[in-house]
Amino acid sequence: MNARRVVADFGVFSRGYIRSRIGAFFALVFPVILILIFGAIFSGGSSEPVSVYFQNQDGSQVSNGFVSALNGTNTIRLRAVDTSQNFTSYLLSHSASDGIVIPSGFSSAFISGKAVNVTVYGNPASTTSAIVSGITRGVVNEFNLKRAGGSSVIGVEPQNVKSQSLKYIDFLVPGLVGFSVLTSPMFALVNISSQYKRDKIFKQLSLTPLTKSEWLVSKIFFYIVLTIISFLLMTLVGVFAFGAHISLTPWIIPFLVVGPLLFVSLGMLVGTGSKSVESSAVVGNLVTFPMMFLSGTFFPVSTMPAYLQSFAHVLPLFYVIDGLNNVMTFGNYGAALTDLGVLLVLSAIIFGLAVRFFKWRED
Amino acid sequence: MRESDGSRLTEAAIEVSSLKKAYGALQAVDGISFAVREGEVFSLLGPNGAGKTTTIEILEGLRKQDAGTARVLGTDPWADGYALHKKIGVIPQGFKFFEYPTPREAVKYYAALFGVKADVEGILAKVLLQDSAEVYFTRLSGGQKQKVGLALSLVNDPQLLFLDEPTTGLDPQARRAVWEVIRGLKREGRTVLLTTHYLEEAEELADRVAIMNKGRIITSGTPAEIITNHSSGERLLVHGSERLAKYLEKNASLPVEFDGRDLISLSLHRKEDVMAAVAAIQESGLEWDDLRTKRDSLEDIFVRLVGEPMEELEAKA
Ligand SMILES: Nc1ncnc2c1ncn2[C@@H]1O[C@H](COP(=O)(O)OP(=O)(O)O)[C@@H](O)[C@H]1O
Ligand SMILES: [Mg+2]
Repeated sequence: MNARRVVADFGVFSRGYIRSRIGAFFALVFPVILILIFGAIFSGGSSEPVSVYFQNQDGSQVSNGFVSALNGTNTIRLRAVDTSQNFTSYLLSHSASDGIVIPSGFSSAFISGKAVNVTVYGNPASTTSAIVSGITRGVVNEFNLKRAGGSSVIGVEPQNVKSQSLKYIDFLVPGLVGFSVLTSPMFALVNISSQYKRDKIFKQLSLTPLTKSEWLVSKIFFYIVLTIISFLLMTLVGVFAFGAHISLTPWIIPFLVVGPLLFVSLGMLVGTGSKSVESSAVVGNLVTFPMMFLSGTFFPVSTMPAYLQSFAHVLPLFYVIDGLNNVMTFGNYGAALTDLGVLLVLSAIIFGLAVRFFKWRED
Repeated sequence: MRESDGSRLTEAAIEVSSLKKAYGALQAVDGISFAVREGEVFSLLGPNGAGKTTTIEILEGLRKQDAGTARVLGTDPWADGYALHKKIGVIPQGFKFFEYPTPREAVKYYAALFGVKADVEGILAKVLLQDSAEVYFTRLSGGQKQKVGLALSLVNDPQLLFLDEPTTGLDPQARRAVWEVIRGLKREGRTVLLTTHYLEEAEELADRVAIMNKGRIITSGTPAEIITNHSSGERLLVHGSERLAKYLEKNASLPVEFDGRDLISLSLHRKEDVMAAVAAIQESGLEWDDLRTKRDSLEDIFVRLVGEPMEELEAKA
């Protein structure tokens, strides 16, 4: 390993990277755009009440009280539907799945103590429907209690795991840093390794004193630098645009180093094993895309179905993002150490395989 | 320095003996032997698929032969490739490079890799690239890209250069510019192994030529030697009627061929034959036109040996 040659190769590669612009766009600008989009979609989401149609067929003081109690939860925003309308066709024609109907005779039943049902329309697959039905149930209980002349004994006090409440953006920043750690080196190296082979550039380089390990190390250094820049950019956007809570600890650094090491090697391995530039792109996508979506990049893995969660645990990127979440969000360094251990073992294996199968010359 | 006096035996820069290489069932190189002397430009001339690139890549240490031996600057190129590469310069066929360095940066990059203090501007001037020294490689013309290849092959000041089809696909002007650079290399006393499927290129540049086809060397030597050894001799060509052809056949006492239309060809064995032939034409009193003598060119011999006209080969390239 000769430092002068690594530095020379690093210089030529990084200048080319900046000049081509396209790589820099995908590595630095694209993740920031993603953060802005996903941050905007989801960060407002929890405070914005869900819109729900309702039809008050009773129109009494009691039913009006019920409606204002629902509104008072601040979780759903009710939109009245005139009693002349057929409620279900109204929902369908407005592409809405959530609705509440207060039947006529609600007030008299409430006063006389006869059983009466408030109908809640919903889509079992949708999370907003679960919210609507839960909220309605809560208000119904309150009314039942009031009618029986009782008062609540047990209450609920909301409290988050951390002193500040965790928000989606707090998961999004580590997730998208992971996205960048994966995609920038993978796509580039898969492409480079097959293209250089086709264009005989590796042969050309093999005729100089540069060794293939030096070449690979220079790429790894480059993607570590790029990852750190990308991390800083995304953290800035996350903190200043969306008020993300991120602890900047030195613990983050090992993940920003081992991640690029792993994915430069993996990209090299995929590209080197392929016959043509086209087939390497296909194999590269097959390896990259599942990791890109199922490792906790855009959504925490814990929100996924159990079988996908177990699948996520065999994806190397999972350990990068889980580790970053552990150090940046939860401050759980013990768990992060496990993630780092897994990553070190994986990278050592993949780097070794890449050096072994990547050929300067053929026989 | 180059030994122009052939009487003194100079050391061989390259020695190849019974070299073989197959790709699966295809015998790409089929037992070839040749030697390249120090300081000469040696050309492997042959159509596409002849096995030139395979041969040259074995000599560069990029491929391993199946059988036979190759010695380059006294070393085994496959086993000692890393050491050999410091002493040779190479342009692979269809030279390509990273898209974004400029020629100047590319030369500096190579100088850093080789750990030499290269005369960057001198090298750029030598390959006639000063004017494009700041243009990204990807934006250079085909001829300029090829010159970058030449520039890079010179960074380590090599005694031996391998140029694999350095002018294929270039326009005539760019080709001549590259030739000029190669002549310069020769003047500096460097040894050059040049492959080409352009006959003209071999004739222009090479001291010695080996004609290669289907993995074998058919013949080798200086262009003049090849012509002497394989020429069907000198001919007298004259345009005239079939009657004239018949007359000459009877009276000139030389082998006569008629092409069926208007071209008559007489084979000349001795210098004096040309006089007798001209006299016979005069005596016939028949119409004749466009009298000239002709020697086989390297091209005629190439066509006869390889069995295909050159233009067709170039069209295929
Ligand atoms: N890597 C390879 N795998 C299989 N066949 C090859 C390979 N390289 C060359 N060949 C075949 O070997 C023959 C000789 O090729 P090559 O040495 O490139 O000839 P030339 O340089 O004279 O055109 C050709 O038929 C070519 O198709
Ligand atoms: Mg060739």
